[in-house]
Amino acid sequence: MSFISYLVNGISLGSVYAIIALGYTMVYGIAKMLNFAHGDVIMVGGYAAFTMMMSMNTSPLVAVLVSIVVCTVLGVLIETIAYRPLLEAASSLAVLITAIGVSYFLQNIVLLTFGSSTKSFQSVVTLPNLKLAGGSLVITSTAIVTILACIVIMIALTLFINKTKPGQAMLAVSEDKGAAQLMGINVNGTIALTFAIGSGLAAIAGVLLCSAYPALTPYTGSMPGIKAFTAAVFGGIGSIPGAMVGGILMGVIEIFAKAYISTQLSDAIVFLILIIVLLVKPTGLFGKNIQEKV
Amino acid sequence: MTVMIEKMKKKTRTNNLINYAIVIAAFAVIQVMKSTGNLSSLLNGLLIPVCSYIILAVSLNLVVGISGELSLGHAGFMSVGAFASAFFSKSMLDAIPFVPLRFGLAIVIGAAAAGVIGVLIGIPVLRLRGDYLAIVTLAFGEIIKNVITIFYIGIDGNGIHVSMKDKMSLHLEEGGNVILNGPQGISGTPKNATFLVGVLLVLITLFIVQNLINSRDGRAIMSIRDNRIAAESIGLNVTKYKLMAFTVSAALAGVAGALYAHNLSSLVASKFDFNLSILALVFVVLGGIGSIRGSIIAAVVLTALPEMLRFLSDYRMLIYAIVLIVMMLLNWSPKALELRERYLGRFFKKTAKEGK
Amino acid sequence: MANMLEVKHLGISFGGLRAVNEFELNIKKGALYGLIGPNGAGKTTVFNLLTGVYKPDSGSIMLDGDDITGKSTIEINKAGVARTFQNIRLFKQLSVLDNVKAGFHNSHKYSMFAGIFHTPSYRRVEAEMDEKAMEILKVFDLDKDASYLAANLPYGEQRKLEIARAMATEPKLLLLDEPAAGMNPNETQALMDMIQFVREHFGMTVLLIEHDMRLVSGICEELTVLNFGRVLAQGRTADVLNDPQVITAYLGE
Repeated sequence: MSFISYLVNGISLGSVYAIIALGYTMVYGIAKMLNFAHGDVIMVGGYAAFTMMMSMNTSPLVAVLVSIVVCTVLGVLIETIAYRPLLEAASSLAVLITAIGVSYFLQNIVLLTFGSSTKSFQSVVTLPNLKLAGGSLVITSTAIVTILACIVIMIALTLFINKTKPGQAMLAVSEDKGAAQLMGINVNGTIALTFAIGSGLAAIAGVLLCSAYPALTPYTGSMPGIKAFTAAVFGGIGSIPGAMVGGILMGVIEIFAKAYISTQLSDAIVFLILIIVLLVKPTGLFGKNIQEKV
Repeated sequence: MTVMIEKMKKKTRTNNLINYAIVIAAFAVIQVMKSTGNLSSLLNGLLIPVCSYIILAVSLNLVVGISGELSLGHAGFMSVGAFASAFFSKSMLDAIPFVPLRFGLAIVIGAAAAGVIGVLIGIPVLRLRGDYLAIVTLAFGEIIKNVITIFYIGIDGNGIHVSMKDKMSLHLEEGGNVILNGPQGISGTPKNATFLVGVLLVLITLFIVQNLINSRDGRAIMSIRDNRIAAESIGLNVTKYKLMAFTVSAALAGVAGALYAHNLSSLVASKFDFNLSILALVFVVLGGIGSIRGSIIAAVVLTALPEMLRFLSDYRMLIYAIVLIVMMLLNWSPKALELRERYLGRFFKKTAKEGK
Repeated sequence: MANMLEVKHLGISFGGLRAVNEFELNIKKGALYGLIGPNGAGKTTVFNLLTGVYKPDSGSIMLDGDDITGKSTIEINKAGVARTFQNIRLFKQLSVLDNVKAGFHNSHKYSMFAGIFHTPSYRRVEAEMDEKAMEILKVFDLDKDASYLAANLPYGEQRKLEIARAMATEPKLLLLDEPAAGMNPNETQALMDMIQFVREHFGMTVLLIEHDMRLVSGICEELTVLNFGRVLAQGRTADVLNDPQVITAYLGE
């Protein structure tokens, strides 16, 4: 019984990682940058929902919607102000460091606004928990909603990218910016759209993460951010199914490692498996192996 | 023709000498401030950490700037150096009472331990490219941090005892000494580090890195960075030289760790986390990728900045973040560079070129 | 005279495409040999096979009597093959001088310790490298630019620097991939003279890929024409260029 419960928890945590990883992977695919502030956008999403529910007494649904709007706007602002001027910079590290600056900025602005004390987040899922096998197996409604949300997002995103014009534009820009521009695609607009979607997803991830692990601080987003980023690489960065599979595997491995091996070593185990996967398959599970033309 | 070569060599030599001179001059100024009582205790407390950050930044620049690979786990090597050296110092406290010898050995051991870990990690990992390499170094940094946290090591009359559970299960006999205490790390390391030692270690680091860059090996490392395929076509062993840069860099990060550890009475593994690795990278990139002088200056400025911004109290880290973003935009954005060239033309052009 | 290079039945496929098939080539010691063919004929692929960038599926490559089939790029360079690239590959952030000195890496050695402590052996070997590098640069009229960054050289000079770097490895066989691409007729003529000079004074065998048949006919004694990955014609330059098959391949039906 406990095995199943761990598995469900793992998939649920993994679903959160997957949603965050989608943001990393989409942005990487299109702008070829590692957006280190992505984890902090999650945290902002958490605070936005928290404020709506606690101070404004809105319903959880409204809180989630507001949180999505806040993060989407934030994502686009960050991209326009801090990243866009550097996308053509001489070294791709420049924008990486700026992203770190943005990460510090978000953490500290939230710290100044809300203080450093831990906020106790109330789950946005108010449904009763699922009790199976005569009560010996409890699956929280939050876990179920998280997994469902992840599946819905995955399907919606795949449809969006393959069936809509803006989605096709994204593919084109990620393939070849110059050629896309020549074909009349608004490259800057497409990049902004990618950040908007990634950040909106981050809001959802933030709310779901805080619903399952209710302690909210200005640093809540950092570690899940790093792990989701690793998950994106694990699956093959730039690949959407890769981010999904990578995220879920990451969550399951982490929960199992905590349950069966060692709580302290769980992160080390997750990272060790990542390393082994990359050594066997150097571009991740779903990554394309592009050979340099000589 | 030899005149031209002599000129080139002289330019490099002068460039290197300026770096030594900057460090020595800074040391002299600080000493004067110290003796005249003009050095705040806060800044005084930063002197040794700044030295170890400079060493860390310069060592990371060897990987990022000279070898052209992104490492996001450099704090891990610093951690290995710190713990190995502190472990040695604490267990040899009575056996080697002569401080310069013990501390000197501790630094060498810190460097060697970090270098060995560098080789062990580098061999499998350096086959990966670009962002995949970066993520694996990140992962190793986290693993090192985690693994150090779970070990308990003690020494008594029967030798060394190791446990992964807790202090009690070491079963030390009377008079035994717990050296590494799990998450609490190592406490009671002798505080042997002084500013003078720190500056000397910075100078040694500069000597090693600058001379390595200007040698046959350095040329090979930079050739591989600039064009791997061409480098192979003239017979350069890519793996060997990537590993060389990585290992030397790891060993120097170990030196930074040893210095750092002997300035604190208690050493915990969680200090050497992802944020520290990133901080080192910020020094390197902000100072100019590949520019040793830039790394030194950025390490000093960015370590001192939060202290200098202390009057802003709660706002200081926010301002720090904004300063970082703005500096990056001004230093790297093609538009900003163009404007700078147009209006401040000659002055900046010169420095920009040297930065490369 | 013995052959410097003997290639038999060489072939490679990418996916389903047979990029090079049953390729044969014999080059005499000291020859200046041309490999020509239309775009996409597989010329550069042959170079990549000869230098170990790709491993052949079939066939054998003998260099001066040694079997180098399937060896790595590094081993093949050490065995005596050096090359240039169609899309220039210099060490852009290094000086012109250092680009050439990098080529001396395996022939001029000192330890890492010597390099860090600038021991007498470091000074001696570096001085030797400087001298030899300047000698080669002089051949290509690049000696005055020795202190420039390679990235700052004009295009034509970059091509020449690539040849200089390849020569620094003291190869038996020098492979030049479209060395005159992007040069005007005067520059091209000057370059061809340099290549002639290099062959005579350094005793190298040269195999060059060229697109422009007229240019090749001026300096190469023998030619191989490649089309769709196969040898279309092979032999003395004049004979090959008059081969009706070759004319068709170039001009179309």
